Amino acid sequence: MSAIPSSPLKAEVKKLNFYYNLVQALKDVNLPIAEKRITALIGPSGCGKTTYLRCFNRMHDLYPGNRYEGEIILYPDQLNIISPKVDPIEVRMRISMVFQKPNPFPKTVFENVAYGLRVRGETRRNLLEEKVEKALKQAALWGEVKDRIHDLAFNLSGGQQQRLCIARALATNPEILLFDEPTSALDPTATSKIEELIMQLKKEITIIIVTHNMQQAARVSDYTAFMYLGEIIEFDKTDKVFTHPSIRLTEEYITGRFG
Amino acid sequence: METGKIRKRIALNRFRDHLFWIIGLLSTLIGFVLLFTLIIDLFIDGFPRLTLQFFLSYPSRFPEKAGILSAWVGTILVMIVTAATAVPLGIAAGIYLEEYGKKNWLTHLIEINMNNLAGVPSIIYGLLALAFFVYFLKFGESILTGGLTLGLLILPMVVIATRESIRAIPNSIREASYALGATKWQTIKDHILPYSFGGILTGVIIGLSRAIGETAPIITVGALTFIAFLPTSPISSEFPFLSFKWLMDPFTVMPIQMFNWISRPQTAFHINAAAAGIALLLMTLFMNGFAIYLRYRFRKRIKW
Repeated sequence: MSAIPSSPLKAEVKKLNFYYNLVQALKDVNLPIAEKRITALIGPSGCGKTTYLRCFNRMHDLYPGNRYEGEIILYPDQLNIISPKVDPIEVRMRISMVFQKPNPFPKTVFENVAYGLRVRGETRRNLLEEKVEKALKQAALWGEVKDRIHDLAFNLSGGQQQRLCIARALATNPEILLFDEPTSALDPTATSKIEELIMQLKKEITIIIVTHNMQQAARVSDYTAFMYLGEIIEFDKTDKVFTHPSIRLTEEYITGRFG
Repeated sequence: METGKIRKRIALNRFRDHLFWIIGLLSTLIGFVLLFTLIIDLFIDGFPRLTLQFFLSYPSRFPEKAGILSAWVGTILVMIVTAATAVPLGIAAGIYLEEYGKKNWLTHLIEINMNNLAGVPSIIYGLLALAFFVYFLKFGESILTGGLTLGLLILPMVVIATRESIRAIPNSIREASYALGATKWQTIKDHILPYSFGGILTGVIIGLSRAIGETAPIITVGALTFIAFLPTSPISSEFPFLSFKWLMDPFTVMPIQMFNWISRPQTAFHINAAAAGIALLLMTLFMNGFAIYLRYRFRKRIKW
């Protein structure tokens, strides 16, 4: 572990271990998450990067037999978000997630984006409309859907659906936005739109992105963590990881010799 | 292989292909033609008897004066009780098993039990209902007893339909909801239930259209065959204007009325039975048609 980010931290992972029943999926991982920066997690399939990401919004709590050890401290209030004493609902309200495959609800565009607000008890129509519009603008989707905001979300293209999911995640002003391979189901044009969007969003929000695609990590992120077999092998500034990796395994992975 | 041999082989394969096509067609036709003949026969016998008088008369010992008024009213009232009990119970149980129940030996046992219950002969339900509803709870030979009995009978169907349509919802939709901070109940109310509604409703209606034709359990709990009056009206002229006295009234249903007529020696009663059969068939057909319509309406909106 090197390179503590110079910018303030939004979160800090300390000695995190994670178990699926008896199988240990994450081993003593540490990671600083810089505020309003993009941190990328890369590594071969099965290295635990998605498992890692899903710890940040307690998605593992939905299934039996999962266990966390260690700490993920969320700043500024220094809340250990994986502590059993912390309600996973609170964590998910503060930390949003965009999934691998676009997963809009079979509802209208409007209702998709408004859902997070509705869950929080918001019913005022004008406020909902205002926030939905703002989120769709942030997700660079407003121009394409403003005339069919009450159409079903399933009628949008794959790339538009994924941006809709981003808008849905943004509508509630989360503190961190998690991306789990957000472009793996999309074509290159849609992918570059999403990448541009992610780089835009870091002005306002802290981002953690898991990606299979090393070029993507190199293009969008500020910091990169390379994971292998449930451990973080190297963490540094993205330029450094991709140009002068300090560990051989990292170099072998990014030059495509394995993975 | 040389070309000649290959061609012979192909000819043989083609022959088998055609052979199976013919067998398949014949098998389909047998079922279809038989059913069609039955229905045509029913119509030829019973159609002339389907007059307004037939629907508005009580049973009588004169076949030309007899009608199915008490039977169809009884059927509808019993179905209301059946739906009112089986639907909420079945949906709630299905949701519990899919969304809340932890996967352990107990839920496993309930699951096996539930699947087997759907295959229990209906007369067994009748015996259970006789002991429990009629004697133990002292509901008597009433509409309430009949409705509850049929409700029990279709309960496993509603549970299974609910579970299947809930299972068809991809997990990614649940995760999307939870990731926005929704609780389990919010996820169920806003997503699981609305998206599985079409499938649940279809299951409910198919269950009800099975219940509508059930005879054995209803006879077992003591439905009468000769009812020359209607149950108490559910709407009364005095406050609170709704009356539930009809629940405790004796009743008959369509299949029992049919059974009664068909077991008499006079042919004129057999014609009545055929006419009642058409009416029952139309009721079932209407319900199935409604189920298909609902499935179409809901599935059109939701494709996974």
